[in-house]
Amino acid sequence: MNIKGYIRERFFPHLWCPGCGHGIVLNSLLRAIDQLGMNKNELVMVSGIGCSSRISGYVDFHSLHTLHGRALAFATGVKLSRPELNVIVPMGDGDALAIGGNHFIHACRRNIAMTAIVMNNRIYGMTGGQFSPLSGYGIQATTAPYGNIDHDFDVVQLSMSAGASFVARTTTYHAKEMIDIFKQAILHDGFSVVEVLSQCPTYFGRRNKMGSAADMMESFKNNTTRIGSKAKEENPNLLERGVFVRKDIPEYCAEYDKIIGNAMKGHK
Amino acid sequence: MNSNIRFVQGNEACVEAALYAGLDFFAGYPITPSTEIAEHLSYRLPEIGGKFIQMEDEIASICAIVGASLTGHKVMTATSGPGFSLMQEGLGYAIMAEIPCVIVNVQRGGPSTGLPTSVSQGDVFQARWGAHGDHSIIALTASNHQDVFSITVEAFNMAETYRTPVILLFDEVIGHMRERLVVPEKGEIALVDRLRTSVKEGVDYHPYLPREDGRLPMSDFGGIHRYNVTGLAHDMWGFPTNNPNIVHGLMRHLVDKIQSHVNTITRYKEFYTQDAECLLISYGSSARSALHVVENRRARGERIGLLELQTLWPFPYAMIREKCDKARHIVVVEMNMGQVVRAVKQAVDRPDRVVLANRIDGSFITPTDIKNILRLIQGKGV
Repeated sequence: MNIKGYIRERFFPHLWCPGCGHGIVLNSLLRAIDQLGMNKNELVMVSGIGCSSRISGYVDFHSLHTLHGRALAFATGVKLSRPELNVIVPMGDGDALAIGGNHFIHACRRNIAMTAIVMNNRIYGMTGGQFSPLSGYGIQATTAPYGNIDHDFDVVQLSMSAGASFVARTTTYHAKEMIDIFKQAILHDGFSVVEVLSQCPTYFGRRNKMGSAADMMESFKNNTTRIGSKAKEENPNLLERGVFVRKDIPEYCAEYDKIIGNAMKGHK
Repeated sequence: MNSNIRFVQGNEACVEAALYAGLDFFAGYPITPSTEIAEHLSYRLPEIGGKFIQMEDEIASICAIVGASLTGHKVMTATSGPGFSLMQEGLGYAIMAEIPCVIVNVQRGGPSTGLPTSVSQGDVFQARWGAHGDHSIIALTASNHQDVFSITVEAFNMAETYRTPVILLFDEVIGHMRERLVVPEKGEIALVDRLRTSVKEGVDYHPYLPREDGRLPMSDFGGIHRYNVTGLAHDMWGFPTNNPNIVHGLMRHLVDKIQSHVNTITRYKEFYTQDAECLLISYGSSARSALHVVENRRARGERIGLLELQTLWPFPYAMIREKCDKARHIVVVEMNMGQVVRAVKQAVDRPDRVVLANRIDGSFITPTDIKNILRLIQGKGV
């Protein structure tokens, strides 16, 4: 793959810390896009605010870096107004599920064909390490100096309950699996959610004594397993990876085209 | 019989005008007293191949129209006070990223949920300063349905000309009242289309490099130029920067592109102002009661006139100063605790000449309310 064909060299170096998992997500995403042979002019990347959201600036697609939590709302306007475009929406965990939680569940329900990627590093990195709705109980953060008493969401469960027609989970350790999942998500004709467990060694790892970036990735390997694996039966605490839901329900833009067809007929 | 003659609510007049101006994407959320705009567009837009979407809230609504504007569409959302508050974040984004869009605020009583079904003009300053940070904004209004139509078309034209959000600051009386509207023939009102770049494929396109006239030709998302759009301070490529020189230039550009065109943007109407010793200044539905008073008193030989503002922001300070020059008394008629009256006081010499005739209880301001103030000024007691 000619990586330089997909990035804006002018805007490098990127701002991510050494060891950050977000670069791996970018890598896998570009490989997925390359393998799908997608036309760059038909690709729009819409992101919100946070470390993860800077990903849209580095890619040579149409890129819309928006407001904290609102990426899916902007993306809805882009996609519905021009359904032939492929829309990919990378978000952080706080971005997607705290301030953007309402937009997130409604996007799941509405089923507009676009791909939401939740780059879940369980922390607000850009602002220096506050707990997020995905940090989890007992975690240390700058705003939880006595330990976090907030319980976390399960992104997969939440997306499924909210009606997303494609839901998957992977991690930065499983970069090749991530490529494959991204490809399936992008090709899915409906709203797809991919949660990627990503490491923030600077703010999450250090404060929670999780070791280096490599150690954190190692823990993704040790604490996750493929959906329905034997390992899960033996150790129910393992987090499952893979595609949880793939269902064929009416896609919003296609449904709206039918409304247009009917309205125009009625007019004649 | 002319089939263009309609008997409609102001909200419908706004819808007709928006479609006339080329609206083909609307996102909104139900809120009294603006809901009819969404209802009518949900029916009308698909008839012309346009798109209507009901979003999960007003925040999402303004974000969605910004996204749709970037793919090359003419876009609008409509709301009222509480929803307008929620939209300030997205409004600021549209200002910073220079995205053409129209935001209708059919004003109701506030603060907070306030008086959902009652009239108010309390959002004049929210329209100006609701979004954080220094910026400039265009806000327009009208007092009757024919003017609602023309000013709505103007709003779309200005949004494209200046690459900026434009606010239509209507009010509950205008939105819900029914009166005659003559829908103009196609071509009767000139339309401004999107200015698109002529830069060819493969040549470096600078989405945020203004031309000599200050305008920035756009390129549709999905087109041949792939660029970055952000709400962060940005350079000519649209990439984030905190370089003081670039930020300074951007801030000046954002403000100057509107402030240096105040005269072109200013719309107003005059009634008997030529020799007026007493000048009423009003806007929106309040101007209807003000005009009633002026016409009544003119018939009795009083030298009284009305200046009806249609452009509220950028405020036409110079025009106001000139029109108020010869007046002994200036009475600003509005339904709030004194918003436009502040700007008028700033505009004129001897601001002690300027008084307020207002109503803040959700009831429509009547000619009697205005006459009571005039009697006080003229020393006739209450």
